[in-house]
Amino acid sequence: MKSAVVVFPGSNRERDMLYALAHITGVKPIAVWHTETTLPDVDLVVLPGGFSYGDYLRTGAIAARANIMADVARKAKAGTRVLGVCNGFQILCEAGLLPGVLMRNAQLKFVCREVLLEVANAKTAFTSKYQEGQIWRCPVAHGDGNYFASPEDLARLEGEGQVALRYAPGHNPNGSLNDIAGIINTHGNVFGMMPHPENMIEPLNGATDGRALFESVLEAVA
Amino acid sequence: MIRNDVTITPELVAEHGLKPDEYQRILDLIGREPTLTELGIFSAMWNEHCSYKSSKKWLRTLPTTGERVICGPGENAGVVDIGDGQAIIFKMESHNHPSYIEPHQGAATGVGGILRDVFTMGARPIAALNALRFGEPGHPRTRHIVSGVVAGVGGYGNSFGVPTVGGEVNFDPSYNGNCLVNAFAAGLADTDKIFYSQAKGVGLPIVYLGSKTGRDGIHGATMASAEFDHDTEEKRPTVQIGDPFSEKLLLEACLELMASGAVIAIQDMGAAGLTCSAVEMGAKGDLGVELDLDKVPCREDGMTAYEMMLSESQERMLMVLDPTREKDAEAIFTKWGLDFAVIGFTTDDLRFRVKRHGEVMADLPIKELGDQAPEYDRPWIATAKPQALAIANVPAPEDIAATLVEMLALPDMCSRRWVWEQYDNLIQGNTAIGPGGDAAVIRIGNGPKALAFTLDVTPRYCQADPVEGGKQAVAECWRNLTAVGAEPLAITDNLNFGNPEKPEIMGQFVGCIQGIGEACRALDFPVVSGNVSLYNETNGKGILPTPAIGAVGLLPDVTARATIAFKAEGEAIMLIGETKGHLGQSIYLRDILGRREEGSPPPVDLATERRNGDFIRQEIRVGNVTAVHDLSDGGLFVALAEMAMAGRIGATIGVSEALPAHAWGFGEDQARYLVTLPEAQLGHFLARAGQAGVPARFLGLTGGEQLTLGKASPISLERLRMAHEGWLPAYMAQAHEV
Repeated sequence: MKSAVVVFPGSNRERDMLYALAHITGVKPIAVWHTETTLPDVDLVVLPGGFSYGDYLRTGAIAARANIMADVARKAKAGTRVLGVCNGFQILCEAGLLPGVLMRNAQLKFVCREVLLEVANAKTAFTSKYQEGQIWRCPVAHGDGNYFASPEDLARLEGEGQVALRYAPGHNPNGSLNDIAGIINTHGNVFGMMPHPENMIEPLNGATDGRALFESVLEAVA
Repeated sequence: MIRNDVTITPELVAEHGLKPDEYQRILDLIGREPTLTELGIFSAMWNEHCSYKSSKKWLRTLPTTGERVICGPGENAGVVDIGDGQAIIFKMESHNHPSYIEPHQGAATGVGGILRDVFTMGARPIAALNALRFGEPGHPRTRHIVSGVVAGVGGYGNSFGVPTVGGEVNFDPSYNGNCLVNAFAAGLADTDKIFYSQAKGVGLPIVYLGSKTGRDGIHGATMASAEFDHDTEEKRPTVQIGDPFSEKLLLEACLELMASGAVIAIQDMGAAGLTCSAVEMGAKGDLGVELDLDKVPCREDGMTAYEMMLSESQERMLMVLDPTREKDAEAIFTKWGLDFAVIGFTTDDLRFRVKRHGEVMADLPIKELGDQAPEYDRPWIATAKPQALAIANVPAPEDIAATLVEMLALPDMCSRRWVWEQYDNLIQGNTAIGPGGDAAVIRIGNGPKALAFTLDVTPRYCQADPVEGGKQAVAECWRNLTAVGAEPLAITDNLNFGNPEKPEIMGQFVGCIQGIGEACRALDFPVVSGNVSLYNETNGKGILPTPAIGAVGLLPDVTARATIAFKAEGEAIMLIGETKGHLGQSIYLRDILGRREEGSPPPVDLATERRNGDFIRQEIRVGNVTAVHDLSDGGLFVALAEMAMAGRIGATIGVSEALPAHAWGFGEDQARYLVTLPEAQLGHFLARAGQAGVPARFLGLTGGEQLTLGKASPISLERLRMAHEGWLPAYMAQAHEV
């Protein structure tokens, strides 16, 4: 699987993501600088975590208007898989590629801890290697992960099975509506999540539960 | 002749923190009255923070060399060889005064400053830690300061992208008016790509990089060299504002530029900003420096030479570049959206010359600015040796179990989860042991090697006996590293004390240095970098002597590491080291009995430390032990409870017949560890310990969901956890004082 990781000024988990993709797919991913206008021909585009543009204005708001994002939108429309993690999820929402918005955590503090996630839809290209209802371990590290959407959007997300990942009961770290941790677009190719599967891929991390997410995409594009 | 617009009055000299004899020294040195800009430059270079004028004499007594030491104190950070062509570069630095005035920005820029020290030398930061000391919980400002400092530390490190993996948090009334924020950072570099501040070559461009210069932080270093009083609030404008986003860009741009081969010398602008960085680069290289301030990128209009030379605006660097590579360098900085300007050049006349609007505003001898700073041999009085406290004079609690629960919920003993959950401790994906253990462990690249990091000092020990306290701080760091399986390599010291002009305070400083030096020599644990913070006093009252030690160790194989958590039921629990029941200066005495400042601290026998530690490290490396925890504050029972809580497995142990339970369980004797191992291995383990001459005693077995200490009533793990985890969040949730 060929993949690209978009790097914005202030991205800081791009190295973690590049490492995870190389480690799991066996193919070195391509790092793409935000000023580029065209993405390379890849199967998966990843927007990594971090503090693009220092989180100034709103998280993800400035990065969503970067040069490269026009091509990200084009590729997304054409069916290329796009994964946004943490700041990447925020950017996808700001760019209108996913519904809703990520607000300041309910407790108004940055939170870094391991949580349990529940697979709410195992039929997506990003979760197929998990079982429906499976509980898995994954760390979160964010200050703005409180997912919010209008009642109409929320009803549609829930109705169409677009909520792919939830925080397990008692594990919601940020106040997200319906314990939403990860959502997918209606076409099933753009996926955003706040937790960091790229930091849960080898024994050193304490568990390898995040691998299945990347392996799902690997299988989907095969 | 330089035009002098401002008459230098004694008041003006005093406002710059210079003593009359120091001003006389300036007059003697330059043979004329200085300009205001020159006076500002002198005040920046000669204040305590930058010149180490009270501490230098004593710092020179510390051991700073060793087989692995590539660069000791004097550069931006210390450099230690870790093999395979790599080095670990690290330092700890205080940001105490700014953090008290403006907790969030003060702490944030403290973190920013130490990260910059590390990447200035060519290292990519891989770990940050911080030692935080706050006033007593009941003081009206404490909660506000805790909240701001923790948010500031986290806000900067999280955005910059370095895992913050450990440190210390303590509360004591002596910090009521003067909190301590000591920030540590470590980075990895290749040994053949380390960058230094020494300028080389005449007529080479001096380049300014990073954020623009503003009026923030003017006189920050001078403020940090003075005591606080009731007017402290008015000093808020001297606190710098941090921007981790700019720092992250600066990191990437600097590392890219260094890789390109264009950098000859580099120095970050920290305390005393442009002044200190330019003087240091020139003086170290035996070169003069001429700066044209009109070229400096400014955030505000109309800044004077004086303001520009003293600004402590953050995220700025100064470099000497290879002139043939100037275009490449500029391209890299433009890519990262950072300011880049040639603002001067090196000369051969050993003068530090500064021009503004075509006019010379300062023209000073560059070597003398740094080297001829005043140096004091301040009078000192050794702290009187405290009387040892007999166990018989320390009453036992009615209920050992209830006392243990109470101890685990003390402000100084409870879980710091509330703090470290606000720090990204996982970023970079190499965190093998995060916060909450004896030391943090970070894998190097893809492994198998790893580095261990810890910060430690016990200020109440240092107050009672500075020499023993200094030794203990080093020994505990050494023990912390050992307890995860690391070979201790070297330390950085962050020496926080009161007013050195008071002989008693100076005596504390001298004593602590003596103890630190002794321990470092005995343990082959050199000091490679450090920082001194004096005048930590408010309204004439000093803090507890707090020589915080930051230490680094090396693990050959990250998979052979130990953690504190019990791993399985039915394992043997072993106590390593000798227990005499030392209760002087213990947590039990201070916080349970309310008897502060009583008795002598536990003595540190460095040969015993070494013998016991070397044994434990070997046992970890060959995989003989399943969990390891070093014993410190609160003693054996607290360590046992921490291991049980971390592993969610209980334990049942027998207690000593020779000592009263409270002395045995809460005594703070040094050089001790708790370890677990499969019960079947017990005989072999005891035999090996016996061969090594290491006292080892079988205590009992892991298992169940409660902790049973001899005949005391069993305590459920849930009750321990509630007590331990509960205090800090509950305290911070209380309404802020208005």
